[in-house]
Amino acid sequence: MGKTIAEKVLSSHSRIDARAGDMVIASVDYCMSQDGTSTMMIRELESLGFTAPKTAKGMAMVIDHNSPCPSVDVAKIHDRMRVFARGRSITLFDVGAGVCHQVIPESGKVVPGDLIVGADSHTCTYGALNACATGLGSADVAAAAHTGKLWFKVPYSLQINVGGGFPEWVGAKDLALHTTATLTSDGATYKSIEYTGAAIQSLDMDGRLTLANMAVETGAKFCPFACDKKTSIWLSSHGISSLKPVFSDEDASFEKCLEFDASALVPKVAKPHAVDNVCDASSLKGTQIQQAFLGTCTNGRLSDLVAAATILKGRQVKHGVRLIVAPASRAVLSEALDLGVVGALLKSGATFVAPGCGPCVGTHAGIPSDGENVISTANRNFRGRMGNNKDVGIYLASPTTVDASALKGEITDPREVASK
Amino acid sequence: MILEGKAHRFVLNDDINTDYIISGRYKFKIDDMNELATHVMEDIDPDFASKVRRGDMIVAGRNFGCGSSREQAPRALKAAGVSAVVAKSYARIFYRSSFNIGLPLVECDTDWIKDGDTLRIDLGTGIVTSVTTGNNVRAALIPRTMQILLADGGLIPHMKKHDGFALE
Repeated sequence: MGKTIAEKVLSSHSRIDARAGDMVIASVDYCMSQDGTSTMMIRELESLGFTAPKTAKGMAMVIDHNSPCPSVDVAKIHDRMRVFARGRSITLFDVGAGVCHQVIPESGKVVPGDLIVGADSHTCTYGALNACATGLGSADVAAAAHTGKLWFKVPYSLQINVGGGFPEWVGAKDLALHTTATLTSDGATYKSIEYTGAAIQSLDMDGRLTLANMAVETGAKFCPFACDKKTSIWLSSHGISSLKPVFSDEDASFEKCLEFDASALVPKVAKPHAVDNVCDASSLKGTQIQQAFLGTCTNGRLSDLVAAATILKGRQVKHGVRLIVAPASRAVLSEALDLGVVGALLKSGATFVAPGCGPCVGTHAGIPSDGENVISTANRNFRGRMGNNKDVGIYLASPTTVDASALKGEITDPREVASK
Repeated sequence: MILEGKAHRFVLNDDINTDYIISGRYKFKIDDMNELATHVMEDIDPDFASKVRRGDMIVAGRNFGCGSSREQAPRALKAAGVSAVVAKSYARIFYRSSFNIGLPLVECDTDWIKDGDTLRIDLGTGIVTSVTTGNNVRAALIPRTMQILLADGGLIPHMKKHDGFALE
């Protein structure tokens, strides 16, 4: 019987023939934490007498969730991270570098076949690069950093085969929302999701990162993609040339196989206050919005900004709507500047905030007022998520749907404005 | 070990996420778990932090603790005095983190438990009893890995005790 990617990666990292359901102690290649999760990890590491990470490729701490710092209390947390990282061989990505799940792949620390853990639930994003990566609490990441190892239950795998081609103005985010609606918020708990099929092959790396990012919204542990030409070109452009890709075997055992047809997809929106509360964007016509947010570890990448600019170029955001843009990293911002994307968005009325998480987690950079509706490219729309729980409705959608909505002042299917 | 305390239920039953357990409004700026404990569950029950007493239990439906990896969620619950969570199922990261910091999670049907019931949980046998109504149910066995972590007081104390992992 063949193996899934998760079984292969956990076998190679534990040096035993691991199968779904087994418990293994596996060596970890890399680990990370961010400014919302680092202090608890630091306290545990100090108590263990930690001097340097034992993970094969080290570790990173990223200041991204409250960046630049919005308060004196947070400044103390950031200072604690900087002081701790110094002299302990920890890479610190400071203010302005970007969202952890963009800057870490950009830094070349994620390669095919890796096993990575992070004190952030969206660590599963790295699966797009043919790795097994998962979010954990701070104590687990401290244990991995201190010993270079961690215990894992080998997950059962689900296969999602996506055939057909994406229609124009429909993409990875719409598919991610469709998957979440189909599996529901716990349909893949403790599972590894493997996306396959022609539509997946057609996606660029940014789109695959979007899909892998949202796997945790179904409860998934890993979301490893196959490695192909696009993966190797992306890695090569980030300084990685020698690859050892991992593929699932033809006769690997999947707990469940789902079949989706990309050509039947339409622009989707997740309504308040659950990510699996999904409907067609067109069905929400007339729902007024006061804020639109383009960014995050889900959709703040170059192709997302380019797609948004395609909708907005030469047009104006509706009076009364605040469009906030947070590029996923300094590199993304820089490339978007070179391509004229930043200028196009600014001229349309967009407000740029620093590369990082922006207003996604509700600490700064765009907290909505009572009773407002926000349409966002983020991955979570829980009540109060953006810092205000008083009748704020957060709607999740693709970059083009968000910007079409900013243009009209109400939730809008991007095909409606793109065709005019 | 036997735990006894009052059951707290919420209007929301399924998918109680870690943002609801402890909001980002607080968890990003407050690093003291006792202070965070005064805001626990605030977005779905503003009075919870003032009602909860040491030893009380949270009772919920499916997928408790989904969403963000914030370990402040189980830590703030524990600091607020919560002795255990009883739910139909849990999200993965919250599940590991709770045992890592010494907060037991019990998995069983919970529809029969009413808000305010006094519960008695025998972590050894898995029997969950409502002292109030006399009803009881046998919970799923806590996996051996989690039992070891719980007995050692959590993951980091476990690692100090054994100089690494001793889970197999």
